[in-house]
Amino acid sequence: MSGASNLVAMKKVVQQLRFEASINRVKVSQAAADLQQFCMQHALQDPLLTGLSSNTNPFRPQKLCSFL
Amino acid sequence: MGEMEQMKKEADGLKTQIEAARKAVADTTMSAASAAVAPAPRVQLKTRRTLKGHLAKIYAMHWATDSRLMVSASQDGKLLIWDSHSGNKINAVPLKSSWVMTCSYAPSGNLVASGGLDNMCTVYNLKTPVVKTVKELDAHTGYLACCRFLSDSEILTASGDTTCALWDIESGKQKTVFLNHVGDCMCLSLSPDMNTFISGACDSLAKLWDVRDGTCKQTFQGHTSDVNAISFFHNGNTVITGSDDCTCKMFDLRADQEVISYQDAQLNAGVTSLALSVSGRLMFAGYDDFNCNIWDTLKGEKVGVLSGHDNRVSCTGVPPDGMCVCTGSWDSFLKIWN
Repeated sequence: MSGASNLVAMKKVVQQLRFEASINRVKVSQAAADLQQFCMQHALQDPLLTGLSSNTNPFRPQKLCSFL
Repeated sequence: MGEMEQMKKEADGLKTQIEAARKAVADTTMSAASAAVAPAPRVQLKTRRTLKGHLAKIYAMHWATDSRLMVSASQDGKLLIWDSHSGNKINAVPLKSSWVMTCSYAPSGNLVASGGLDNMCTVYNLKTPVVKTVKELDAHTGYLACCRFLSDSEILTASGDTTCALWDIESGKQKTVFLNHVGDCMCLSLSPDMNTFISGACDSLAKLWDVRDGTCKQTFQGHTSDVNAISFFHNGNTVITGSDDCTCKMFDLRADQEVISYQDAQLNAGVTSLALSVSGRLMFAGYDDFNCNIWDTLKGEKVGVLSGHDNRVSCTGVPPDGMCVCTGSWDSFLKIWN
């Protein structure tokens, strides 16, 4: 019986490989260019990249309290 | 030739075909293509908050969509909901099983979920006067490694039983089961358009799935050990993985292959977790050696490090507004950096 289930499993493997082999692939140079463009376009809205001033930082360094 | 023999031959032929097709489009590498890009600035982040409250190792954390609240899970048997701005604990959810491995915040902010060695994903309602268990999603035959809400009615899980599943929370049933990995599923990440998700497993592969029809669309090889962490890039076309083989890798979905590997000869610790800044240029990867390294995703260079934890960094997360990065550790603390 394990022979039959091995056959079924193998059929699924072949089916999956046929599917994966059939996709269209884009050149890495194109993919790289698109990715760079995406990063550039969003760079200014990336606070971790551009840095944060105390005013805009919701986690701004907590000022020490002093008794007057 | 027997049928089995024939199929093995066909399988080998297809694998060769796929490799050839990938090679045919590999006209450059990501780092070569990014040579002309200005380097990312040296990133020096400071700890702005240290969240103390858990009494044991923290295994997971997840930001809410408001970029202010977050949930963390610890093997002290609790989920804690934090207001990251004030550092205050808003809620504590006691868990039936303390062996928790994952937690997730629903996009609505109404629900959180957790799971682990109990093989279940438990969903909790935070908006009732007392936090209530909404459902125990019980069908996996292995541990729950990761869970992510699509909405208040659907959740995706990744399990040690080698499957991922899409659940209908109200009925408590699995709508779709994603079968193809041959090792424990360790992590998953939903695409920005929520039509696909990517999973990483102990078979060292990452797989792309169609959420609705359950098909495995693509398989990504390259790692030589368990894939513990995975994240979609915000453009929806690229994926970054982190592995026990001490490297992180970027796979491009349209080129169907690995395009860059983030590694260092001196780095001998496995990657446990990773998170991307909102532009995707920076990647924060947590390692077993107690550090979180910051990588320039385009150039493949290390541009900073977050040191401060006294044990393994087990989870990292950047909130939707990108204002900070949170690291969680086996030292029982969460730290917020920017």
